[in-house]
Amino acid sequence: MASDRTPSRTNESVEIVSDSVVPVKPSPADIAQHAQHAPSPQGSRPRPTPAPGPIPTPEQVTGAQALVKSLEALGVTTVFGIPGGAILPAYDPLMDSTLVRHILVRHEQGAGHAAEGYAAATGRVGVCMATSGPGATNLVTPLADAYMDSVPIVAITGQVASSSIGTDAFQEADIRGITLPITKHNYLVTDPSQISRALAEAFHIARSGRPGPVLVDISKDALQGATTFSWPPTTDLPGYRPVTRPHSKQIREATKLIAASKRPVFYIGGGVIRAEASELLRTLVDLTQIPVVTTLMARGAVPDTHPLNLGMPGMHGTVAAVTALQKSDLLITIGARFDDRVTGQLSTFAPGAKVIHADIDPAEISKNRVADVPIVGDAKEVIADLIEAITGDEASQRADYSAWRATTKDWQETFPLGYTKDDEGLSPQYVIERIGVLSGPEAVYAAGVGQHQMWAAQFVRYERPNAWLNSGGAGTMGYSVPAAMGAKVGQPDRVVWAIDGDGCFQMTNQELATCVINEIPIKVAIINNSSLGMVRQWQTLFYNERYSNTDLHTSHNQRRVPDFVKLADAYGCAGIRVETEAEVDVAIQQALAINDRPVVIDFVVNRDAMVWPMVPSGVSNDKIRNARGEAPVWDREE
Amino acid sequence: MSKHTLSVLVENKPGVLARIAGLFSRRGFNIDSLAVGPTEHSDISRMTVVVDVEDLPLEQVTKQLNKLVEVLKVVELDPVASVQSQVILVKVRADVTTRSHILETVELFRAHVVDVAHDSLTIECTGKADKVQALLLLLEPFGVRELVQSGVVGVGRGPRSITDRSLRTA
Repeated sequence: MASDRTPSRTNESVEIVSDSVVPVKPSPADIAQHAQHAPSPQGSRPRPTPAPGPIPTPEQVTGAQALVKSLEALGVTTVFGIPGGAILPAYDPLMDSTLVRHILVRHEQGAGHAAEGYAAATGRVGVCMATSGPGATNLVTPLADAYMDSVPIVAITGQVASSSIGTDAFQEADIRGITLPITKHNYLVTDPSQISRALAEAFHIARSGRPGPVLVDISKDALQGATTFSWPPTTDLPGYRPVTRPHSKQIREATKLIAASKRPVFYIGGGVIRAEASELLRTLVDLTQIPVVTTLMARGAVPDTHPLNLGMPGMHGTVAAVTALQKSDLLITIGARFDDRVTGQLSTFAPGAKVIHADIDPAEISKNRVADVPIVGDAKEVIADLIEAITGDEASQRADYSAWRATTKDWQETFPLGYTKDDEGLSPQYVIERIGVLSGPEAVYAAGVGQHQMWAAQFVRYERPNAWLNSGGAGTMGYSVPAAMGAKVGQPDRVVWAIDGDGCFQMTNQELATCVINEIPIKVAIINNSSLGMVRQWQTLFYNERYSNTDLHTSHNQRRVPDFVKLADAYGCAGIRVETEAEVDVAIQQALAINDRPVVIDFVVNRDAMVWPMVPSGVSNDKIRNARGEAPVWDREE
Repeated sequence: MSKHTLSVLVENKPGVLARIAGLFSRRGFNIDSLAVGPTEHSDISRMTVVVDVEDLPLEQVTKQLNKLVEVLKVVELDPVASVQSQVILVKVRADVTTRSHILETVELFRAHVVDVAHDSLTIECTGKADKVQALLLLLEPFGVRELVQSGVVGVGRGPRSITDRSLRTA
């Protein structure tokens, strides 16, 4: 990602640590250069016609053709979408494109999450397309999701003809207005000559700086109108200058604080994964020997098997991770944003800690917790600079955190993640653990939202970035199946699991049709507790076991509405039901062996299983409970 | 809470005002006043926003504004090192007995009468917010029938221009 962000000069190698690149506005050529397949030779842009010379000759085209040609020039190979009235002109030239594969989804929300899954698994920009009005509004949830989790996607929507805009025309919705607060930027294009410019800018904005969703709304007459096409277009973004290069003074200050600290912790967020900085981070961790916590969005940023990885912090984090933050005297925060699910009650979060906060988005720094050393920059560059500064610093060499390491290790060993198997029924944690073990670290795991998401974050071992996809900030139920579909399209050689709940699955399972028809063999594990499990857990704990509207009747009490195995069968997927522990491994192995169609395993699990540890909402993280009615006892030095 | 005046240079494009107004409302910042207009460069508009916030939230406002792609520059105007002004038009009840009192007050504030009718006077007053508010306070007892206020506009003192500099970095 960092190389994408760095304005490069034509035919020059992209040098990330070039000083001149930061405040300079990228030239149009730079932006065009950032085509998706940067590693391939010769400017890297797959084009239907011979490679462009220095002065490309403009071609006479329609707006719709300009749109498709722009997508091709930007290196887009996959678009998830559904046609409709206003976007119809775009679908005609799309049919002829040999470079862009359009995957017809069954609901626009599926298209949006598929684009997200594609982007999150590959690091490339995901693209989705929809028509005006309801088509566009169905993209709202995935756009909001991508905005919260900084996922680079571009949404292209049709709009009614410009002469009809504002008249409440058929299928008109002000999607630009609607998505203002949930996109990084958005466009309404009514002039065919502006289509290629808007797309070039949209892709640049989506993937540079703090990545995020960009929407391009194009009126039908702009798609139908005549224009000329030449690439690269002239772009103009005078107000967009993301800072990627950290300030050297701040790096020095950070180095000093680290050297002076006794109980430092790396608090690592999803920004490290988006910046493709995991490898460098590992070097930094090994160099400093400082314990690490990886947030829900950063699972896999440091391998779970790394001895210094204390696991996930937050509401359902490990006792060691939560406690390490609470007792720390220095948080070295990189690409994380002090989300309320991590901090709990903000005023009592890590009360004794100073804060180094590095983020590419200056607005995240000191938003929730005031930073003592703010660092604005790309995570990769920040980490690289920290490594350099620490390596050459005497005080840093003398720093010794061994006592602190021993303490955190002790917490980790005393309070490991775990679960007790119930006498009756299948334990959901066991199922998820086995999926992880049998599929391995090279697989991709996309979760929905709720209990199964937390268990998947806890009990699958993540050894690499981009293996764990989930809806962290927005908490979008229904993310899993379409996101897994997108990930599988982006990485066809990997095993891709959708670890889903019975509630989530019913929100977006229609995309199994898309998967079957387009030969996208994902594997779906429904952790079927026949209820909205996380809500039910809260009802158990905080609402006197009054289960108001959380029973989904998908497996318990002899009711299966719907029967997921029959549903899988109806779609043409392989459907397997698992109800006992003995069947678990067999079913997973069976699913791993089927690669000609999607597989759905209906794991009927114990509905009373709960996610532990847990910090109840709104209280201090010191109140962490490692099991129901059980809090860690601190009888040592605390 | 304290008042801060922000000068925001933006690209002169459709929808920019909605973007900025939306940002303030969804982040929970109160706008005291807002004035928008083109600058000496036809492709740049300038907004003057007066917000009532503490220092830390102000930093958030500024950072969030800067994140908007169409925002070129955000500058906080120091109340001492800047000139700030607003315009009000106020329609006051005025009969034979009160008219001369009102005119006297108008005179004292170097305001102008811009419309006269049998039983009303419309007064225009330009200046700093506190001067304008002081005039309003004095006019209130006569009976204010209608009041319209512009947003505050402001510019830094001295020869330097924030538009020049922003164009150069752009």
